[in-house]
Amino acid sequence: MSSNQYFNHEGPWSDATDSLMCTDTGDWRSERPVVDKEKCIFCGFCAIYCPIQVMEMTADSCFKPDLDFCKGCGICAKECPKGAITMVSEGEFVS
Amino acid sequence: MNTTAISSNIQVITGNAAAAIAAKLARPDVVAAYPITPQTEVIEQISSFHASGDMDCELITVEGENSAMNAVMAASLAGGRVFTASSSWGLVFMYDAVLATAGARAPVVMVNVNRETPGIIAVSSGQQDMISTRDAGWIFLIAENCQEIMDLVLQSYRLAEDYDIQLPVMVHYDGFFLSYLSEGVEIPEQETVDQFLSVLKSQPKRTVLRPGEKLGVGTHGILGGYMELRHKHVTAMERSKAKFDAIDQEFADIFGRTYGGQLEEYLTEDADMVLVGSGSMCGTIKSVIDEQREKGVRIGLVKIRMYRPFPHQALVKALKGKKAIGVVDRSLAFGFDGGPIYTELKAFETKLGGAKLVSFIDGIANTDITKTNVKQMIQMTADLADGKDVPEVTWVSYPKANKDKGEK
Repeated sequence: MSSNQYFNHEGPWSDATDSLMCTDTGDWRSERPVVDKEKCIFCGFCAIYCPIQVMEMTADSCFKPDLDFCKGCGICAKECPKGAITMVSEGEFVS
Repeated sequence: MNTTAISSNIQVITGNAAAAIAAKLARPDVVAAYPITPQTEVIEQISSFHASGDMDCELITVEGENSAMNAVMAASLAGGRVFTASSSWGLVFMYDAVLATAGARAPVVMVNVNRETPGIIAVSSGQQDMISTRDAGWIFLIAENCQEIMDLVLQSYRLAEDYDIQLPVMVHYDGFFLSYLSEGVEIPEQETVDQFLSVLKSQPKRTVLRPGEKLGVGTHGILGGYMELRHKHVTAMERSKAKFDAIDQEFADIFGRTYGGQLEEYLTEDADMVLVGSGSMCGTIKSVIDEQREKGVRIGLVKIRMYRPFPHQALVKALKGKKAIGVVDRSLAFGFDGGPIYTELKAFETKLGGAKLVSFIDGIANTDITKTNVKQMIQMTADLADGKDVPEVTWVSYPKANKDKGEK
């Protein structure tokens, strides 16, 4: 018989466990979105368009990406009507 | 075949109609399909059942086969009983969804009407589409006649949705030769079918998507997780062999018809030589065997009804100790000399107790597998049994291929 080490079901059903649902995918990134708070008008377009829904509202009426999951696709930067988001190479952030 | 019906009626219908009526009798929740020759009539019939209120299902008339398979997979994962049908180019167009359906362990049931696959456009019969999708992880069943199409579709629901199996099932039957062939088909009563399928209700419930629950399906998984799923998949496949035999037995008790499960053996008990075939060709082969038997030729037939998982245990049991075996393929295995079924059977040659194997390729692109062709195959298999020199592969209806062999 097969084991149920990873999946408790016969098929590929996952019970929202960390190992299956919350794999950090942020390290795939080569660029990250940086939001200019001055330009941001809090319209939410970046959050709507983000394919993996990592844009989070901040307390000061702005958006910032959750970098554990952001893959750096650049769609938010492209869709921002105010050009408030720029894609910056990850190399810039290496200390 | 034993045909003591309990209570049903016999109607002269086409193979496509048999598939559609069987689908109706199984009471699916969702049907999504796209028409393609030679399967179109299945969809037409189901549409007409749906329009007249005979069939209480959601009928999704999608814009292509890829959507059809994705729709039925999703409906199946949500707990529904589903049905779809396709053929050749259509089956190829839904290929990614076919793979995903198997991986998701969604118990989808579909019929595929065998037709030659893209090469050049060939609106004609051939099993190449079945071969092109054989390793998708589906259970493949092959029907010989219209009655068997009806019966196999009904058995497929029992097999696919069984709690121990949970795999999609594809029922194959030869396009044109069976899809448009009208013959007498015994149509079982709705109550009898309901009784046959009711066993599924007494089983534990399979996992399905339910709103509000923290449950995901088809998530990303690599390494161990993926291997675990694959291993579960292949063991379920292996289990399905005995399960199919058992379902066939139960079917016989209720409907009075039995086919022998994974394989149908025709006069193989005392045979020295055996032909191995599948699909509609088997009817012709049986009639020739009857004639040859009267002349004292000890020939039998093994009809492959379950092609995936490959029923090698049953085949070895049926073929062990025979002198010669001729495998008839209605398709090609590129890169191998012989046909696909021949090539797979050859892997078990050492277990056959010295039986010699030879490959016949015939019936490509609507070529008739005539009685004359079958006689030729039997003659060559007999020559092989007598130790004569017989070419390993013979294109029965294309002599030029055999002449060219060995020339550069």
